[in-house]
Amino acid sequence: MRACLGKFWLSFLILFMMVWANLAAAGEYEIGQNRKRFTIDGKKVDVLRINVGDTVHFKNEDPFYHGIYSISDISTFELGAFRKGQSRSVIFDKAGKAEIECAVHSEMYMVIEVNDLRATKPKNTRVQAKK
Amino acid sequence: MKVNHVSTSNYLHRLAALVFGIVVVTIAPISQASQPDPYLRPAVVPASSDNQFTQARMELGKALFFDPRLSGSKWISCATCHNPALGWSDGLPTAIGKDMKVLGRATPTILNTAYQTRQFWDGRARTLEEQALGPIVAESEMNANLDEVLERLAAIPGYVTLFEKAYSGEGITKSTLAKALANFERTVVSTESPFDRWRKGDRNAVSESAKNGFKIFTDEESGRCVLCHQGFNFTDNGFHNIGLKGNVDPGRFAQVPVKILKGAFKTPTLRDVATTAPYMHNGAFKTLEEVVEHYDRAGLDKTETLDPNMQPLKLSSQEKVDLVEFMKTLTGRPIRISLPSLPQ
Repeated sequence: MRACLGKFWLSFLILFMMVWANLAAAGEYEIGQNRKRFTIDGKKVDVLRINVGDTVHFKNEDPFYHGIYSISDISTFELGAFRKGQSRSVIFDKAGKAEIECAVHSEMYMVIEVNDLRATKPKNTRVQAKK
Repeated sequence: MKVNHVSTSNYLHRLAALVFGIVVVTIAPISQASQPDPYLRPAVVPASSDNQFTQARMELGKALFFDPRLSGSKWISCATCHNPALGWSDGLPTAIGKDMKVLGRATPTILNTAYQTRQFWDGRARTLEEQALGPIVAESEMNANLDEVLERLAAIPGYVTLFEKAYSGEGITKSTLAKALANFERTVVSTESPFDRWRKGDRNAVSESAKNGFKIFTDEESGRCVLCHQGFNFTDNGFHNIGLKGNVDPGRFAQVPVKILKGAFKTPTLRDVATTAPYMHNGAFKTLEEVVEHYDRAGLDKTETLDPNMQPLKLSSQEKVDLVEFMKTLTGRPIRISLPSLPQ
């Protein structure tokens, strides 16, 4: 009986660790800069919901330069000017909202909502994590 | 019988495929043709949802635009610098403001500002309504106290009537003053140019040199102009450091402190460009030929924030001539404007 109980707890622990590991796996997302819009799979995106620890790759798909930056409470960065085909990556390690803009083309604007995965799972269903 | 049935079916399938093919071949060009030409002016001029065009609003805005009583000295109007006879600019390298003081930036044309997503050289205003009051209150420009201006206007019966017609019940306020000016400015749009006539199919509207110039202009490798000067208004509404000699003006960087914006200024429209010399935010170049030379050598001051789109072009003499010829075809007839009788 005792051995049986031990096996049960061991199985439970392994299962718990597997679920946790799955939840904790950092996601990767690619956001294109396409025709002066932020896009995912070619479609304009205004809001992207991710988890703390996830990485976002900003990829320039336009023939001209972009300069992506954010001046937000949770994340401040400047990615500099980068050309077509080039990509710059940012890891979002705090929960909250980050406003993303292009310094060159001021009409380019989107928001990245970073969720604390221990509190909630991401609600965005349109975006597939990049493998 | 079965064989016949199959044959008939095959025949019908082939006929259907043929009809489908004909439809696709016929419709595709029509569909493409129905796409608006990105180089032609959109049919509708953008307007703020709470400041739609009306004749009364435009007429009020026009009166205000030409009225020097909007300035502290009562002798500078918006039209003093944005002169319709000078391409809605002033023909000077940089503007002259209060007490004849020479200012640091050129007067930008107000032509087609209705289509811009940012106003001023550094983009510090999004809309014309936001922009309109800026030069009026700027100490170095019109140097007016806005409250005093509103009181002044309210004491002029003609303006009381015009404001009431334009913005019934809203009174003479900062908001209605800005909206009226913006309403007028949205009527200052470019007219059909030789380039437009060519795009619409008139092969003789522009010279062969200009046609070649357009080809160079839009080539992302040889001319590279299109990397910033895009669409009907020939601007990306973006901000670029183009390596002007000795420029110390931070430009857009003062508004958005991102490193690549140091010394960056808004890409101006090229519509009616033949009428808006001198060129650049500091009036550095007197002619379009000088402008082309500047881009050909990828700028003069190669600072670390020089826009990476700036690359040596190595254009031939003929290609430079063609580029200038093309840019000149972007100038249409000036819009007809009658000077208002200012309200008393």
